[in-house]
Amino acid sequence: MRLLLGTLFALIVAGVVGLGTTYFALSRGATFGTLSIGSWTASARTGTMDADPYARASIARTGRLPVALGDGLTFLAKTDDNGNTLDGRCDVTIAGITPTARYWTLTLYNSAGDLVANSLDRYGFTSQEIVRRADGTFSIMIAPRANAGNWLPTGGVERYVLALRFYDTAVGVATKEGREIPMPAIKTRSCP
Amino acid sequence: MIRWLLLLLGGVLLGGIVHLATIIILPRTATQDAFSRLTPIAPVNTVVQLPDPSPEKAVMPYMDPAFASAVCRYDLTDGPLKLSVPVSIAYTSVSFYTDHDIAYYAINDRSAGRRAIELDLMTVDQHEAMPENENVTAADLLIVESPTPTGLIAIHALAPEPGLRPKVKAAIAGAKCSQFSLPQVSQ
Repeated sequence: MRLLLGTLFALIVAGVVGLGTTYFALSRGATFGTLSIGSWTASARTGTMDADPYARASIARTGRLPVALGDGLTFLAKTDDNGNTLDGRCDVTIAGITPTARYWTLTLYNSAGDLVANSLDRYGFTSQEIVRRADGTFSIMIAPRANAGNWLPTGGVERYVLALRFYDTAVGVATKEGREIPMPAIKTRSCP
Repeated sequence: MIRWLLLLLGGVLLGGIVHLATIIILPRTATQDAFSRLTPIAPVNTVVQLPDPSPEKAVMPYMDPAFASAVCRYDLTDGPLKLSVPVSIAYTSVSFYTDHDIAYYAINDRSAGRRAIELDLMTVDQHEAMPENENVTAADLLIVESPTPTGLIAIHALAPEPGLRPKVKAAIAGAKCSQFSLPQVSQ
Protein backbone atom coordinates (compact mmCIF):
# COMPACT_ATOMS: atom_id res chain seq x y z
CA MET A 1 0.00 0.00 0.00
CA ARG A 2 2.82 2.39 0.91
CA LEU A 3 4.63 1.51 -2.31
CA LEU A 4 1.52 2.17 -4.40
CA LEU A 5 0.88 5.46 -2.63
CA GLY A 6 4.50 6.51 -3.09
CA THR A 7 4.57 5.68 -6.79
CA LEU A 8 1.32 7.51 -7.32
CA PHE A 9 2.71 10.54 -5.50
CA ALA A 10 5.90 10.55 -7.62
CA LEU A 11 3.89 10.21 -10.85
CA ILE A 12 1.56 13.05 -9.92
CA VAL A 13 4.58 15.26 -9.10
CA ALA A 14 6.13 14.29 -12.47
CA GLY A 15 2.95 15.13 -14.37
CA VAL A 16 2.44 18.48 -12.66
CA VAL A 17 6.10 19.50 -13.00
CA GLY A 18 6.48 18.24 -16.58
CA LEU A 19 3.28 19.60 -18.08
CA GLY A 20 3.46 22.77 -15.98
CA THR A 21 6.93 23.66 -17.23
CA THR A 22 5.92 22.85 -20.81
CA TYR A 23 2.88 25.11 -20.58
CA PHE A 24 4.97 27.84 -18.95
CA ALA A 25 7.74 27.61 -21.56
CA LEU A 26 5.28 27.81 -24.44
CA SER A 27 3.13 30.60 -23.05
CA ARG A 28 6.22 32.66 -22.21
CA GLY A 29 7.74 31.90 -25.61
CA ALA A 30 11.02 30.57 -24.26
CA THR A 31 13.73 30.01 -26.86
CA PHE A 32 17.50 29.83 -26.86
CA GLY A 33 19.66 32.51 -28.42
CA THR A 34 17.18 35.35 -28.03
CA LEU A 35 18.38 38.81 -29.02
CA SER A 36 17.02 41.50 -26.65
CA ILE A 37 17.35 45.20 -27.34
CA GLY A 38 15.39 47.40 -24.96
CA SER A 39 12.05 45.62 -24.67
CA TRP A 40 12.31 44.18 -28.19
CA THR A 41 13.20 40.51 -28.52
CA ALA A 42 13.96 38.45 -31.61
CA SER A 43 15.14 34.93 -32.23
CA ALA A 44 16.92 34.74 -35.57
CA ARG A 45 17.31 30.94 -35.52
CA THR A 46 13.53 30.46 -35.30
CA GLY A 47 13.41 31.31 -39.01
CA THR A 48 15.95 28.64 -39.97
CA MET A 49 16.43 24.87 -39.92
CA ASP A 50 18.44 25.39 -36.70
CA ALA A 51 15.25 26.31 -34.80
CA ASP A 52 15.49 24.76 -31.32
CA PRO A 53 12.83 22.36 -29.96
CA TYR A 54 11.18 25.17 -27.96
CA ALA A 55 10.84 27.35 -31.06
CA ARG A 56 9.47 24.38 -33.03
CA ALA A 57 6.90 23.60 -30.32
CA SER A 58 5.85 27.25 -30.15
CA ILE A 59 5.49 27.48 -33.96
CA ALA A 60 3.32 24.34 -33.98
CA ARG A 61 1.17 25.51 -31.08
CA THR A 62 0.49 29.05 -32.29
CA GLY A 63 -0.06 27.98 -35.92
CA ARG A 64 2.02 30.81 -37.35
CA LEU A 65 4.55 30.68 -40.17
CA PRO A 66 7.76 32.24 -38.84
CA VAL A 67 9.45 34.81 -41.09
CA ALA A 68 12.34 32.99 -42.78
CA LEU A 69 15.72 34.48 -41.90
CA GLY A 70 16.61 35.08 -45.55
CA ASP A 71 13.42 37.13 -45.82
CA GLY A 72 13.51 39.16 -42.62
CA LEU A 73 13.55 39.20 -38.85
CA THR A 74 10.70 39.77 -36.38
CA PHE A 75 11.14 41.69 -33.13
CA LEU A 76 8.32 41.44 -30.58
CA ALA A 77 7.60 43.73 -27.64
CA LYS A 78 5.10 42.99 -24.87
CA THR A 79 6.22 45.73 -22.50
CA ASP A 80 7.53 49.29 -22.67
CA ASP A 81 11.15 50.11 -21.86
CA ASN A 82 10.34 50.33 -18.15
CA GLY A 83 8.88 46.83 -18.11
CA ASN A 84 5.20 47.84 -17.90
CA THR A 85 2.86 45.63 -19.93
CA LEU A 86 1.62 47.41 -23.05
CA ASP A 87 -1.92 48.61 -22.33
CA GLY A 88 -4.27 49.66 -25.14
CA ARG A 89 -5.97 52.23 -22.92
CA CYS A 90 -2.71 54.18 -22.49
CA ASP A 91 -0.84 56.54 -24.80
CA VAL A 92 2.41 54.89 -25.84
CA THR A 93 5.09 56.31 -28.14
CA ILE A 94 7.64 54.49 -30.23
CA ALA A 95 10.43 56.85 -31.18
CA GLY A 96 13.92 56.76 -32.56
CA ILE A 97 15.61 55.05 -35.46
CA THR A 98 15.72 51.50 -36.77
CA PRO A 99 18.50 49.26 -38.05
CA THR A 100 19.19 49.25 -41.78
CA ALA A 101 16.64 47.32 -43.81
CA ARG A 102 15.01 47.72 -47.18
CA TYR A 103 11.60 47.93 -45.55
CA TRP A 104 10.20 47.50 -42.09
CA THR A 105 6.64 47.09 -40.82
CA LEU A 106 5.14 47.68 -37.39
CA THR A 107 2.00 45.72 -36.49
CA LEU A 108 -0.23 45.64 -33.41
CA TYR A 109 -1.72 42.27 -32.37
CA ASN A 110 -3.76 41.11 -29.40
CA SER A 111 -2.15 38.42 -27.25
CA ALA A 112 -3.60 35.67 -29.48
CA GLY A 113 -1.86 37.10 -32.56
CA ASP A 114 -5.01 38.54 -34.19
CA LEU A 115 -5.24 42.05 -35.59
CA VAL A 116 -7.21 44.52 -33.45
CA ALA A 117 -10.36 46.07 -34.90
CA ASN A 118 -10.48 49.88 -35.08
CA SER A 119 -12.42 52.58 -36.93
CA LEU A 120 -9.58 53.31 -39.41
CA ASP A 121 -8.88 49.67 -40.30
CA ARG A 122 -5.25 50.53 -39.61
CA TYR A 123 -3.30 47.65 -38.13
CA GLY A 124 0.23 48.97 -38.49
CA PHE A 125 2.66 51.04 -40.48
CA THR A 126 5.25 50.35 -43.14
CA SER A 127 8.52 52.27 -43.23
CA GLN A 128 7.26 54.11 -46.30
CA GLU A 129 4.09 55.43 -44.67
CA ILE A 130 5.82 57.01 -41.67
CA VAL A 131 6.15 60.78 -41.47
CA ARG A 132 9.71 61.50 -40.30
CA ARG A 133 11.39 64.49 -38.70
CA ALA A 134 14.09 66.45 -40.52
CA ASP A 135 16.87 64.35 -38.91
CA GLY A 136 15.35 61.05 -40.06
CA THR A 137 13.98 59.97 -36.67
CA PHE A 138 10.33 59.17 -36.30
CA SER A 139 7.71 58.96 -33.58
CA ILE A 140 4.61 56.78 -33.64
CA MET A 141 1.75 57.36 -31.19
CA ILE A 142 -0.07 54.22 -30.13
CA ALA A 143 -3.27 55.32 -28.42
CA PRO A 144 -6.97 54.50 -28.16
CA ARG A 145 -8.04 58.00 -29.34
CA ALA A 146 -7.09 59.90 -32.50
CA ASN A 147 -3.79 61.76 -32.51
CA ALA A 148 -1.98 63.95 -35.01
CA GLY A 149 0.95 62.46 -36.88
CA ASN A 150 1.66 58.72 -37.01
CA TRP A 151 -1.25 57.39 -35.00
CA LEU A 152 -1.68 53.66 -34.51
CA PRO A 153 -5.08 52.90 -32.92
CA THR A 154 -5.25 50.28 -30.15
CA GLY A 155 -9.00 49.74 -30.28
CA GLY A 156 -8.86 50.04 -26.48
CA VAL A 157 -7.75 46.42 -25.91
CA GLU A 158 -6.26 45.70 -22.53
CA ARG A 159 -3.09 43.98 -23.72
CA TYR A 160 -1.30 44.00 -27.01
CA VAL A 161 1.92 42.89 -28.65
CA LEU A 162 3.96 44.94 -31.12
CA ALA A 163 5.79 43.25 -33.98
CA LEU A 164 8.55 45.18 -35.74
CA ARG A 165 9.66 43.24 -38.82
CA PHE A 166 12.72 44.07 -40.87
CA TYR A 167 12.81 42.81 -44.44
CA ASP A 168 16.00 42.28 -46.41
CA THR A 169 18.22 43.23 -43.51
CA ALA A 170 21.72 42.40 -42.30
CA VAL A 171 20.43 41.91 -38.75
CA GLY A 172 20.52 38.17 -38.11
CA VAL A 173 22.12 35.28 -36.28
CA ALA A 174 25.50 37.05 -36.03
CA THR A 175 24.03 40.20 -34.47
CA LYS A 176 25.16 40.77 -30.89
CA GLU A 177 23.19 42.50 -28.20
CA GLY A 178 24.10 46.03 -27.31
CA ARG A 179 24.55 49.30 -29.11
CA GLU A 180 25.36 47.64 -32.40
CA ILE A 181 21.83 48.01 -33.69
CA PRO A 182 19.57 50.90 -32.75
CA MET A 183 15.96 50.08 -31.93
CA PRO A 184 13.22 52.63 -31.26
CA ALA A 185 12.34 53.28 -27.62
CA ILE A 186 8.88 52.38 -26.27
CA LYS A 187 7.52 54.72 -23.62
CA THR A 188 4.16 54.88 -21.87
CA ARG A 189 3.18 58.58 -21.75
CA SER A 190 -0.09 58.61 -19.90
CA CYS A 191 -2.67 56.18 -18.62
CA PRO A 192 -6.28 56.96 -17.76
CA MET B 1 10.05 11.76 5.84
CA ILE B 2 13.26 10.97 3.90
CA ARG B 3 11.23 8.52 1.86
CA TRP B 4 8.75 11.17 0.77
CA LEU B 5 11.55 13.62 -0.04
CA LEU B 6 13.18 10.98 -2.25
CA LEU B 7 9.86 10.33 -3.96
CA LEU B 8 9.43 14.06 -4.49
CA LEU B 9 12.92 14.28 -6.00
CA GLY B 10 12.19 11.29 -8.23
CA GLY B 11 8.94 12.88 -9.31
CA VAL B 12 10.66 16.15 -10.21
CA LEU B 13 13.34 14.31 -12.22
CA LEU B 14 10.66 12.32 -14.02
CA GLY B 15 8.84 15.63 -14.58
CA GLY B 16 11.90 16.93 -16.40
CA ILE B 17 11.72 13.97 -18.76
CA VAL B 18 7.98 14.54 -19.27
CA HIS B 19 8.72 18.20 -20.07
CA LEU B 20 11.39 17.41 -22.69
CA ALA B 21 9.26 14.64 -24.20
CA THR B 22 6.18 16.86 -24.57
CA ILE B 23 8.24 19.70 -26.13
CA ILE B 24 9.73 17.31 -28.70
CA ILE B 25 6.49 15.43 -29.45
CA LEU B 26 4.27 18.54 -29.68
CA PRO B 27 5.16 19.57 -33.29
CA ARG B 28 4.37 16.03 -34.48
CA THR B 29 0.92 15.99 -32.94
CA ALA B 30 -0.16 19.60 -33.58
CA THR B 31 -3.38 19.79 -35.59
CA GLN B 32 -3.66 23.58 -35.70
CA ASP B 33 -0.22 24.41 -37.06
CA ALA B 34 0.16 26.51 -40.23
CA PHE B 35 0.53 23.50 -42.54
CA SER B 36 -2.69 21.90 -41.21
CA ARG B 37 -4.56 25.22 -41.41
CA LEU B 38 -3.55 25.68 -45.05
CA THR B 39 -4.19 22.10 -46.17
CA PRO B 40 -7.99 22.50 -46.62
CA ILE B 41 -7.73 25.79 -48.58
CA ALA B 42 -4.59 25.11 -50.61
CA PRO B 43 -4.78 22.32 -53.20
CA VAL B 44 -1.49 20.55 -53.78
CA ASN B 45 1.08 22.00 -56.26
CA THR B 46 -0.98 25.12 -57.08
CA VAL B 47 -0.54 28.73 -56.04
CA VAL B 48 -3.44 29.96 -53.92
CA GLN B 49 -3.83 33.58 -52.86
CA LEU B 50 -4.47 33.98 -49.15
CA PRO B 51 -7.23 36.34 -48.01
CA ASP B 52 -5.88 39.49 -46.32
CA PRO B 53 -5.86 39.08 -42.54
CA SER B 54 -8.55 41.02 -40.69
CA PRO B 55 -9.47 41.24 -36.99
CA GLU B 56 -12.40 38.84 -37.56
CA LYS B 57 -10.67 36.30 -39.72
CA ALA B 58 -7.12 35.31 -40.53
CA VAL B 59 -5.78 32.06 -41.92
CA MET B 60 -2.90 32.15 -39.45
CA PRO B 61 -2.06 34.30 -36.43
CA TYR B 62 0.73 36.92 -36.63
CA MET B 63 0.35 37.51 -40.39
CA ASP B 64 1.86 40.78 -41.58
CA PRO B 65 -1.11 42.88 -42.83
CA ALA B 66 1.17 45.03 -45.02
CA PHE B 67 1.76 42.05 -47.31
CA ALA B 68 -0.29 40.29 -49.94
CA SER B 69 0.42 36.57 -49.62
CA ALA B 70 -0.01 33.38 -51.58
CA VAL B 71 1.03 29.80 -50.84
CA CYS B 72 1.87 26.73 -52.85
CA ARG B 73 1.52 23.55 -50.83
CA TYR B 74 3.80 21.12 -52.58
CA ASP B 75 4.28 17.39 -52.85
CA LEU B 76 7.41 16.35 -54.71
CA THR B 77 6.75 12.59 -54.67
CA ASP B 78 5.80 12.53 -58.36
CA GLY B 79 8.46 14.94 -59.56
CA PRO B 80 10.10 18.32 -59.00
CA LEU B 81 8.35 21.67 -59.10
CA LYS B 82 8.91 24.79 -61.18
CA LEU B 83 8.14 28.08 -59.45
CA SER B 84 7.81 31.47 -61.06
CA VAL B 85 6.86 34.62 -59.14
CA PRO B 86 6.65 37.99 -60.91
CA VAL B 87 8.43 40.75 -59.00
CA SER B 88 6.00 43.39 -57.71
CA ILE B 89 6.61 47.10 -57.19
CA ALA B 90 8.20 47.14 -53.73
CA TYR B 91 9.48 43.98 -52.13
CA THR B 92 8.73 40.40 -53.10
CA SER B 93 9.99 37.33 -51.29
CA VAL B 94 9.56 33.59 -51.49
CA SER B 95 10.11 31.46 -48.37
CA PHE B 96 10.23 27.67 -48.19
CA TYR B 97 8.95 25.66 -45.23
CA THR B 98 8.99 21.98 -44.32
CA ASP B 99 5.71 20.24 -43.49
CA HIS B 100 6.46 21.17 -39.85
CA ASP B 101 6.52 24.91 -40.68
CA ILE B 102 10.29 25.25 -40.35
CA ALA B 103 11.83 27.70 -42.83
CA TYR B 104 14.74 26.24 -44.77
CA TYR B 105 15.28 28.77 -47.53
CA ALA B 106 14.19 32.23 -48.62
CA ILE B 107 14.93 34.43 -51.56
CA ASN B 108 13.82 37.97 -52.39
CA ASP B 109 13.56 40.03 -55.54
CA ARG B 110 16.96 41.66 -55.01
CA SER B 111 18.90 38.42 -54.82
CA ALA B 112 16.85 36.94 -57.67
CA GLY B 113 17.10 39.98 -59.91
CA ARG B 114 15.40 40.19 -63.31
CA ARG B 115 11.66 40.58 -63.52
CA ALA B 116 10.64 37.33 -61.87
CA ILE B 117 11.87 34.94 -59.21
CA GLU B 118 12.26 31.63 -61.03
CA LEU B 119 13.53 28.40 -59.57
CA ASP B 120 13.18 24.63 -59.47
CA LEU B 121 12.33 22.87 -56.26
CA MET B 122 13.28 19.21 -55.83
CA THR B 123 14.22 16.65 -53.23
CA VAL B 124 17.88 15.79 -52.64
CA ASP B 125 17.39 12.46 -54.47
CA GLN B 126 15.83 14.13 -57.50
CA HIS B 127 18.68 16.63 -57.65
CA GLU B 128 21.24 13.82 -57.56
CA ALA B 129 19.37 11.96 -60.30
CA MET B 130 19.67 14.93 -62.65
CA PRO B 131 21.95 14.28 -65.64
CA GLU B 132 25.22 16.10 -65.17
CA ASN B 133 25.21 18.01 -68.46
CA GLU B 134 21.73 19.19 -67.60
CA ASN B 135 23.20 20.66 -64.45
CA VAL B 136 25.76 22.60 -66.45
CA THR B 137 23.39 24.00 -69.05
CA ALA B 138 21.05 24.99 -66.29
CA ALA B 139 23.82 26.80 -64.42
CA ASP B 140 21.89 30.05 -64.34
CA LEU B 141 18.80 28.30 -63.05
CA LEU B 142 18.37 28.28 -59.30
CA ILE B 143 17.73 24.84 -57.81
CA VAL B 144 16.40 24.59 -54.27
CA GLU B 145 16.55 21.28 -52.41
CA SER B 146 13.65 20.45 -50.13
CA PRO B 147 14.59 18.45 -47.02
CA THR B 148 11.08 16.94 -46.93
CA PRO B 149 8.95 15.62 -49.83
CA THR B 150 6.03 17.86 -48.78
CA GLY B 151 6.03 21.42 -47.56
CA LEU B 152 4.96 24.99 -48.19
CA ILE B 153 6.13 27.82 -50.41
CA ALA B 154 5.01 31.20 -49.07
CA ILE B 155 4.98 34.11 -51.51
CA HIS B 156 4.91 37.60 -49.99
CA ALA B 157 4.66 40.96 -51.72
CA LEU B 158 4.73 44.20 -49.75
CA ALA B 159 2.19 46.96 -50.32
CA PRO B 160 4.19 49.93 -48.95
CA GLU B 161 0.99 52.01 -48.86
CA PRO B 162 -2.59 50.68 -48.63
CA GLY B 163 -3.44 52.25 -52.00
CA LEU B 164 -0.88 50.06 -53.75
CA ARG B 165 -2.44 46.80 -52.54
CA PRO B 166 -4.51 46.08 -55.70
CA LYS B 167 -1.39 46.49 -57.85
CA VAL B 168 0.63 44.19 -55.59
CA LYS B 169 -2.13 41.58 -55.51
CA ALA B 170 -2.32 41.65 -59.30
CA ALA B 171 1.42 41.02 -59.48
CA ILE B 172 1.42 37.93 -57.27
CA ALA B 173 -1.70 36.62 -59.01
CA GLY B 174 0.74 35.78 -61.79
CA ALA B 175 2.74 33.41 -59.58
CA LYS B 176 2.80 29.79 -60.73
CA CYS B 177 4.03 26.51 -59.34
CA SER B 178 3.74 23.39 -61.47
CA GLN B 179 5.14 19.91 -61.55
CA PHE B 180 7.50 18.82 -64.33
CA SER B 181 9.38 15.64 -65.10
CA LEU B 182 13.16 15.46 -65.12
CA PRO B 183 14.95 14.25 -68.25
CA GLN B 184 15.99 10.63 -67.79
CA VAL B 185 19.66 9.83 -67.29
CA SER B 186 20.98 8.34 -70.56
CA GLN B 187 22.87 5.10 -70.04
